[in-house]
Order: sequence, then structure tokens, then C-alpha cells
Amino acid sequence: MAQPRSNAFNNIIAQFDEPWKRYAAFAVIVALLLIAPISLGPYATVILTNALLYVVLALGLNVVVGYAGLLDLGYAAFFAVGAYTVGILTHTFGLDFWLTLPFAVGAAMIAGVIIGTPTLRLRSDYLAIVTLGFGEIVRFSARNMEITGGASGISGIQQPWLFGWHINTPFEFYYVFVVLAIIAVIVSVRLQHSRLGRAWLYVRHDEDAAEAMGIDTVRVKLAAYVIGAIFGSISGAFFAVNLGAISPESFSFQQSVLILMAVILGGMGKIPGVILGAFIVVLAPELLRDLGEYRLLLFAVGLLLIMLFRPSGIWPVRGK
Amino acid sequence: MSMALPLLELRGVNLSFAGNTVLDNVDFSVGRDVIVSLIGPNGAGKTSLFNCITGFYKPQSGSIKVDGHELMGLKPHKVTQAGIARTFQNVRLFQQMTVLENVMSGSHCRSRAGAISAILGLPSQRREEAAIRAHAIECLEFVGIADEMDRDATNLAYGHQRRVEIARALATRPKLLLLDEPAAGLNAGEKQDLLNLIGRIRDELAISVLLIEHDTGMVMKISERISVLDHGVIIAEGAPKEIQANPKVIEAYLGQDDGEDLL
Repeated sequence: MAQPRSNAFNNIIAQFDEPWKRYAAFAVIVALLLIAPISLGPYATVILTNALLYVVLALGLNVVVGYAGLLDLGYAAFFAVGAYTVGILTHTFGLDFWLTLPFAVGAAMIAGVIIGTPTLRLRSDYLAIVTLGFGEIVRFSARNMEITGGASGISGIQQPWLFGWHINTPFEFYYVFVVLAIIAVIVSVRLQHSRLGRAWLYVRHDEDAAEAMGIDTVRVKLAAYVIGAIFGSISGAFFAVNLGAISPESFSFQQSVLILMAVILGGMGKIPGVILGAFIVVLAPELLRDLGEYRLLLFAVGLLLIMLFRPSGIWPVRGK
Repeated sequence: MSMALPLLELRGVNLSFAGNTVLDNVDFSVGRDVIVSLIGPNGAGKTSLFNCITGFYKPQSGSIKVDGHELMGLKPHKVTQAGIARTFQNVRLFQQMTVLENVMSGSHCRSRAGAISAILGLPSQRREEAAIRAHAIECLEFVGIADEMDRDATNLAYGHQRRVEIARALATRPKLLLLDEPAAGLNAGEKQDLLNLIGRIRDELAISVLLIEHDTGMVMKISERISVLDHGVIIAEGAPKEIQANPKVIEAYLGQDDGEDLL
């Protein structure tokens, strides 16, 4: 159901209905992102880099949860697949980072198809359970296998060179993630306004009606799941080279929940909402740092209040 | 395809749920360029028959062919691709989407662009998007609600929602259109409009129409052939006049509210 645009926030959002205003807002945000590190200093830059990583992850999960309506509780698994593929191939096999990216994407696609094909035929509840299990399997495997470095993980991952430019300071990585986030937004927008993007919405709203319109719902859901997996894997790849070290604890269930929270908080299926959600999830605990041990409590209460008063997310729903 | 072959042909279709027979050895066919109605008392199995044809139910035995191609065992989207489109008894439009977006869903099975061409914005993908949109608008113009294409589909008046559903089914470019109680909930004026629309679908688009309908007056007016289903068995088949005079049909309808309408 469409919500009436009654409050101030909705009125502000409504100002951006015209396309040129939206492009202008996008340009202003990109400009702010580009100058942010200069004015905010190194600590804030690292936090913002983390926020941008979550933007990419949340936009990827948004394809699965927001567009196709599939509840994925183990999304961090694909984040791990990307990070470990790059970690192992660069560190153990000495491959160049850029060469390992296609392997990271390929590994995520294979994992996505293996998990998705049998479960996407079933009711969506099963997918939640299977993905939850998959997330834990990946983490436990990483912790117990030799090639993944066990509990201590892989360290000393080489930072990449790009046409003679060695990307190795936090500032440089910040800009790499700005580019990644912009690409993720463009890909999301284009997918949303495509034949496949519409098919995801049809399937989410009424799977039987979608089948009756000639849509292969299993195939369409699998496409969403695999595309989400690729987003996660690419995020993981850049996460690994940014930190230079990865360990199984970065890919816990809590991580999956945090990404899912960004998607649901901002508003499933709404790109600006999901970006906002990602920033809130990363920045809110930082802004509340002065409160010490109460900050997580306050953060949780804040989340509950948002869900109580705006159950379909912070970003408003369009209605005509 | 040979013209002697019926468009849709069911032979010996049996369907039961947990031992309860729903359809009992049903033989049924629909020719080309015809309007055919399926009538029968409540619970006779009419919608179940629709669900068997469209792949939503799996009959235990029998054969269902369209243009000679076997549909048994196919998933619903394959049946739609084979040329059978349907509407639902309770209108099932996609919520929070515009009328146009709803109708565009029908073109999905007649188009091909995937994720990569969409991400890259390839010219072929842009052309296909424009064609999908244009075709959806054509379908909306055909059913007469193109001026409402940018509204939320579920905010439309009920009669217009039914038209969106028909436009959406037409967008799949079917050979046969199945309408499940299309007149339910419509007033007299809207029913007349619907009669005209169904006639035009057959005359102008050369699409056969099979409808389930309770309004027997409407059924008698529009159908060339009528089949009567009672307790999962086809008890009569023929032209409207023959059906009205058939003692088996009258008996099946006795005690039913719509019995008087029929007589």
C-alpha cells in the first residue's frame, strides 16, 4: 500500500521527483564524497571507506532481498568467497590482484548456482534456512582448512597496482571504494529498470501470476541470487586487499545480519534508501562511541523505533 | 498446422486430491477463432480444469495438447510460452506497480535481454525495452484504458483492474485466452463492455477465448459452444440453444441459484 506523503521527510524526498533534480543531487553527493577525506582527516576516511564497502554489499543483497524478495541470511558467505579467493590466489599462488578478480566472480557464481538451484524451487522460507547454514559452512571451512590459514586467516595480502599506481594508503583505497560504490549504484539502477528487474518485482509480488505471464520464476530468482553473490564477492575481493589480512571472524552471521539490516532499514528495493541504510549501520555506532558500552543498546533501540514507525524502511514509498 | 486439429484438446484428464476426484476422465476441446464457455454448478471443477490446462495443477493422467503439442507436465510459464494466457478468478495484479508495468510483464516470455545487456545498456536491449513498452501500450489501448497507464494498478476501479489483467494476458501474444469469471463484480454496463471486448479479441486479434462464467445470460449471448461440467464430469457440450434444452443440464442446475437464469 502506498503511504501518503505527510511528513517533512517525505516532502523533501518529493522535491527530487524530477530527473534533473535527481541527477543534480547525485552529482552533489559524489562531489561531497570526493572532497570528504580532505576535510575530515584519516580516521573519518577509514570509517567512510567502510561505509562505502557496506553500500556495495547492501546494494548486492538488495537485488536478492529487495528486488526478488528472497530472504538470504548468509550473504557474508559470498563476501568471504571473494575475499578468500583473492587472498589465496595472490598470497599463496602469487597472482596479480586484477587477474584474481574473475576467479572471485566465478567462484561466487558457482557457489550461488550450487546453493540456489535446489533451494529456489522450494518456498522462500527454506532459502532462509539453507543460506543461514551455507554462511556457517563457509566460515567453519575457512577456519578449519589449511589453505585458508585456519583461525588466524591470511595476512600479507599484496596491495594492487593499477597502471603503475600502487594503491596502498587509506586515502587511495577510499577513492577505489567511491568508484566501486558508484558502479554498484549504476548497475543497480540499470538492472531495476530492465526486463529482468521488472521480472524480480513480479515474482516478489505474486509468484503464480508471474508464472502465468510466462516468467520462469526459478530462473529469475537464481539470476537475482547469483548477481547478489557477484556483488558480495567483488566487495570481498577489495576488502581483502584493503586490509591486507582476512580472518574467518570477518564473515560471521552477525556480518550477514548487519548487511541485511542496512537493506531493510533504508527500505528494501529502494536504492537511495539502501545507501542510507548502509551509512546508518556503519556510522551510527561510530557517532555514538562517546556513550561507551551503552552505544549498541541505543543503536538497537533506535533500530526498533525506526521499524515500529516506518516498517517498510526509512525511504518513502511512491504512490500514484 | 492442419485446420482439422483443434487449438486445444483434452483427452481423458483425471485429477484428484487425496483420493477425492475433481476431474473425471474429461474430454474437451476448443477450436480456432471461437468463443467457448465452460459452465457448471459451484464446485464442479471449472477452475481446476483451468489450472490443469495452464500447468498449475498436475493431472494424474490424460493428455492436454495445444496445436498438437503436449502440455502435460509443463510448468505454467512453458504453457504460456506455448500460447495459452489466463486471468484469475480474483484479480491478481502486481501491487505497487503501474498499469503499464503490469502489462509489460506479458512481454517477458517474448523477449530475451538479460542482465549483462541491461548493465551495459546495449542498443539491442534499449530497442527491446522500447518495443516491450510500445506493445504494452497497444494492449492497453485495445482494452481502452491507456489513459490510466501511469497509475498504480491496484488503485484503479475494479472493472478497470479486470481490463488490466486482460491486457496483461494479451501482451503474452496468446493463441487462446482463458478468462476465469471475467464478469464477476461488474455492473450491467461494464458487463456489456466486457462482451464487446471479448468479441473484439476474437474478431480483431484472432485469439480464441475460453471462459468460465456464472452469468448465464452473458454466456448464452456470447458463446458459440458451451460445455457443462458437473462433479468433475462433462455432462453436455453443444450450441447455446442445445444446452438450454438439455435435460441433464437442467437437472444439474436444479436447486442451484443460477438454475432459473439458465431456464
